[in-house]
Amino acid sequence: MSSNDDEIRKTQEDRKKMEQELASLTALTFDTDLYGASDRSSYLTSIPASEDAENLEADNEFSRRLPSYTGPKSIMREIPSAENDAGDSSLPQSRRIIDREDDYRKRRLNQILSPDRHDPFAAGEKTPDPSVRTYAEIMRDEALKREFDETKRAIAKKKKEEEENAKAAPEKNQSQSQSQQVNNQQKRRNRWDQSQDEGGANAKKAKTSDWDAPESMTPGRWDATPTPGRVIDATPGRRNRWDETPTPGRLVDSDATPGGVTPGATPGATAWDATPKLPGMATPTPKRQRSRWDETPATMGSATPLPGATPAAGYTPGVTPVGGVELATPTPGALQGSFTPEQYNLLRWERDIEERNRPLTDEELDAMFPQEGYKVLDPPASYVPIRTPARKLLATPTPLGTPLYQIPEENRGQQYDVPKEAPGGLPFMKPEDYQYFGALLNEENEEELSPDEQKERKIMKLLLKVKNGTPPQRKTALRQLTDKAREFGAGPLFNRILPLLMQPTLEDQERHLLVKVIDRVLYKLDELVRPYVHKILVVIEPLLIDEDYYARVEGREIISNLSKAAGLATMIAAMRPDIDNIDEYVRNTTARAFSVVASALGIPALLPFLKAVCQSKKSWQARHTGIKIVQQIAILIGCAVLPHLRSLVEIIEHGLNDENQKVRTITALSLAALAEAAAPYGIESFDSVLKPLWKGIRQHRGKVLAAFLKAIGFIIPLMEALYASYYTKEVMLILIREFQSPDEEMKKIVLKVVKQCVSTEGVEAEYIRTDILPEFFRNFWVRRMALDRRNYKQLVETTVEIANKVGVADIVGRIVEDLKDESEPYRRMVMETIEKVVTNLGSSDIDARLEELLIDGILYAFQEQTSDDANVMLNGFGAVVNSLGQRVKPYLPQICGTIKWRLNNKSAKVRQQAADLISRIAVVMKQCHEEQLMGHLGVVLYEYLGEEYPEVLGSILGALKSIVNVIGMTKMTPPIKDLLPRLTPILKNRHEKVQENCIDLVGRIADRGAEFVPAREWMRICFELLEMLKAHKKGIRRATVNTFGYIAKAIGPQDVLATLLNNLKVQERQNRVCTTVAIAIVAETCSPFTVLPALMNEYRVPELNVQNGVLKSLSFLFEYIGEMGKDYIYAVTPLLEDALMDRDLVHRQTAASAVKHMALGVAGLGCEDALVHLLNYVWPNIFETSPHVINAVMEAIEGMRVALGSAVVLNYCLQGLFHPARKVREVYWKIYNSLYIGAQDALVAAYPSLEDEHNNVYSRSELMMFI
Amino acid sequence: MQASDRFNINSQLEHLQAKYVGTGHADMNRFEWAVNIQRDSYAAYIGHYPLLSYFSIAENESIGRQRYTFMQKMLLPCGLPPEREED
Repeated sequence: MSSNDDEIRKTQEDRKKMEQELASLTALTFDTDLYGASDRSSYLTSIPASEDAENLEADNEFSRRLPSYTGPKSIMREIPSAENDAGDSSLPQSRRIIDREDDYRKRRLNQILSPDRHDPFAAGEKTPDPSVRTYAEIMRDEALKREFDETKRAIAKKKKEEEENAKAAPEKNQSQSQSQQVNNQQKRRNRWDQSQDEGGANAKKAKTSDWDAPESMTPGRWDATPTPGRVIDATPGRRNRWDETPTPGRLVDSDATPGGVTPGATPGATAWDATPKLPGMATPTPKRQRSRWDETPATMGSATPLPGATPAAGYTPGVTPVGGVELATPTPGALQGSFTPEQYNLLRWERDIEERNRPLTDEELDAMFPQEGYKVLDPPASYVPIRTPARKLLATPTPLGTPLYQIPEENRGQQYDVPKEAPGGLPFMKPEDYQYFGALLNEENEEELSPDEQKERKIMKLLLKVKNGTPPQRKTALRQLTDKAREFGAGPLFNRILPLLMQPTLEDQERHLLVKVIDRVLYKLDELVRPYVHKILVVIEPLLIDEDYYARVEGREIISNLSKAAGLATMIAAMRPDIDNIDEYVRNTTARAFSVVASALGIPALLPFLKAVCQSKKSWQARHTGIKIVQQIAILIGCAVLPHLRSLVEIIEHGLNDENQKVRTITALSLAALAEAAAPYGIESFDSVLKPLWKGIRQHRGKVLAAFLKAIGFIIPLMEALYASYYTKEVMLILIREFQSPDEEMKKIVLKVVKQCVSTEGVEAEYIRTDILPEFFRNFWVRRMALDRRNYKQLVETTVEIANKVGVADIVGRIVEDLKDESEPYRRMVMETIEKVVTNLGSSDIDARLEELLIDGILYAFQEQTSDDANVMLNGFGAVVNSLGQRVKPYLPQICGTIKWRLNNKSAKVRQQAADLISRIAVVMKQCHEEQLMGHLGVVLYEYLGEEYPEVLGSILGALKSIVNVIGMTKMTPPIKDLLPRLTPILKNRHEKVQENCIDLVGRIADRGAEFVPAREWMRICFELLEMLKAHKKGIRRATVNTFGYIAKAIGPQDVLATLLNNLKVQERQNRVCTTVAIAIVAETCSPFTVLPALMNEYRVPELNVQNGVLKSLSFLFEYIGEMGKDYIYAVTPLLEDALMDRDLVHRQTAASAVKHMALGVAGLGCEDALVHLLNYVWPNIFETSPHVINAVMEAIEGMRVALGSAVVLNYCLQGLFHPARKVREVYWKIYNSLYIGAQDALVAAYPSLEDEHNNVYSRSELMMFI
Repeated sequence: MQASDRFNINSQLEHLQAKYVGTGHADMNRFEWAVNIQRDSYAAYIGHYPLLSYFSIAENESIGRQRYTFMQKMLLPCGLPPEREED
């Protein structure tokens, strides 16, 4: 056995060695489309006999990567594992929003829906209701929170210092630095303007300091896990609650009063007592310190009557107050707290197991055992049943904490797996919906409820229908919600809708629908929304930073409508406290929301407020947010900032010298955004910031410098040439210094600024050549730059921009050597740059020596490429050759040699590229008079027509087509008569690329060289072409139809027509439609008289499809032949008469459209008699209701208006304009109106003369005048 | 009207037409239509210079005066609207 294994291994090694040798010889690659984007070395060369190796795949990250949405790895890893536990890992990809959110975006779940706000407009002078919060209270809370946060931070800092002083344990230090490294690595690249440093530093603090660490300032660590029920997270949550200061508004500081009023206030049950689910709690929960445990209950707590409070919900709070019991009783109403589907599945599974292993009851035992011979013994007094509590504690996710576990009551009648069916035709409820809609499942007598409760129930029903219902259900529910919005009232509506939007398991579609509900309701409620503005903002603001574009647009729309409904004062009052919130996430979203408010209500209205905020002395956060609002305004409304540009710049300019670094950075970024929005105008508004900016770049380093440079980069293009040149030279010193910066973000900004500076008018080519180029190439044109996609793109763009200034030769001369670099990505970057530069500027600057180097390099790079999905090499090759034109002649033999050799390559991809290259350079080869070479290539390609890879075959056909196009039919080798018969079988190929190229080539031959091929061959091709009418791609169908025309012209229409008419009998609609088009084209190319008799004869076939096909062909025919139609109109009139009287609607419809085309074609050619005759047949159809028919009829009448004049049609109209039947009048006025819009002036002469009535003169006396 | 018709071009057609001054509808009465006819006529007289000059010769007025008169006539071409019968 082992010897066998050895042998196998040895053979495998040999084979591998051999393959490597082969690979080094031919540099072969595999078709990545067929084999996936991996080379063959990763394939298994044998099938493993044992099962050990199978698990290796599981950890392969690539295999796990979701196809479209990507998110942080931590989340991706977490969610599948949770699903695996539930045993349904085969589920399709999740559509939940949360699954594609990153940690930062997930922070939306930390927000809580604060209680209603006081509305001073509605209340007037009245004292605010104690249940709502006033602006003063909120501001006080915010201030307290900030103070609290600062204190905690100070404590943490002190602790840390102490610790550092005290301990000198090196290994701990090491681990600490490692953790920091990890943190640093996890920084997201594109969010660099946010407070990353702070986050990283704090995360470290949180790890080293103990439980009183500043919890709220560690974003992305604990806060990132959004499912509140998870067991592992319990620790931080608990820790968090302990150190919480009792905020003044807080209702019950439950820890301080153990065993007080709260039933769940046992000290151990930390998670439980934080949920404010006291029945009848009237006062809303005030805003608390943010912690994950508080959030879910708080969202629903304040206003909703709790499911637990309803008597039928399955438990009585006084008796069994502990969480475990609730979990065991599966009445949906009892599923409190927010449940994730994973938890629910776990729970279900658990229940299932319990069900099977439950202890047998006495009855069951009685049934099982014989009646006599057995005796029931009493259990010994010492017996205590073991119910494996440990297992239960571990297996059940116990979000409620189970210090006092009790055996659940058994309920045998329970349906375990099937969720209770919703009564009254309500849609299916998902497990996670129970907490919101659970109350609907209690069959209560609706009459017994109070009016308020009934209203609540009604709203819940409608919302459930909107959320989970079928489209018709959804539609009616949405309409009802909208219509009754004011009746329901803002409070009950939003208290139901908003918690749903905070649901952690929300899906995109559901969110969209709920947002739509809000939008509609907002419109109806108008000023009644004021107390709820902040709540709405809390759920809508996250949409503004969603990665989905449409979600962002939706969010903007809602906020814009909200601000129009609530008014500026309310919006400011609601959002002002968030401006200096301690959480960066809140500030960020608030700034974005504010920019939407500004665009909705106008910038001038917001300016005074912005000014005040940006100058806030109280906190840098406020200034930061204020300036960020300006930035967001610029980004959002673009050039519309121009009228307010000066005031906006003035508002933020002092931020450049702010003491806080972040404020300086955001100010520079805002200026950049403003300048970008204002381009190319508005430089005068930036005068005041030029000096601080240019001074700033000498003082600052790092991020601030990057931001300043970015601002400068956007301002310079606005300047006049002279100033631009001066300022560019000033900034260039710094830029060149920063060329060496290792920071990726800095690199990108520097490249961008260089691009912007260089493209400005005032910057001289000579200056760039001497001062910028050497450093630029030394620092940026290195292999490393090619590895990052964004660096790569930016570098190529900048270099192309420089080339536009300094010319081709300089740039190409510097990088041409790199075409032979050993790194392939780098070669590709060089090639792409050369391609773009040469396409932009041509190649006349390139001298003979450079030309030689270039071709040599390109050939090398082309041959050495291993993977090229974007066709960079191919495009580059094509661009350079086409640009050089006749100068390529000396190199053509070499190029063709390469092509020929590569056409013979083992790898499909290589062959395909070679063929593609031929089609790109064919025109140039003709210019160089290399016809013989092309003929040779033609023969070579012809030999490869047996190619089996469709992609390659398509390219080969394309190459043949380009050669045929260039050298013509007569000179083509192989001769056409040999080529075409080889193409006929290829027409059967169903691959789209093959089909398209093949039909193009055949069509070309039919058009230009039909005489080289016998008629019988063309007929054979005709039959093949019919199949091609089925193609999905429109281009193929069009080419096919055109080819019919060419063939008919070549061999006469009779045979082709017979084929086509037979094809009208087929069932497929698309096929018939294409056939009718083909008939019309044949008729057009071979003159209608050759086709019409056979076509009209075919109308006698008593088959609907055929007759309709004939009519359709006629319609197309008259559309194509236009004026020529006048000779045929009398011939087809009897046929159309018949069709217009047919019982079949489609007959009349198609005939009407034929009449339309006919009328439009012969307008003014003296065919009025026939047209009036046809109009008499068309007119009775005006009362048709089928949309297509009535459309065709109306168009036919419009056509008649053009051909016969509006007066004639008006006379038809007059009979019905004042008809006693309204239905009739409606139709006639519709016709009259289209007549009127089409030819109003012409009607003046044709209006009827009306008789005068007592006081009114209707006659047009002017028309009676004559001289 | 069927549910499917509600959204296609045919239903919009009337809406589109209604955007133009001078189009009519099923509830239009004689007076309204006549007013439209008169205004269109005057607009046509003013718009076609040969017509205008013809009328001014017939009336022995200057062309400018004639144009002015026509424009004035467009205000209430048929006199005051009649009393509604149903009111």
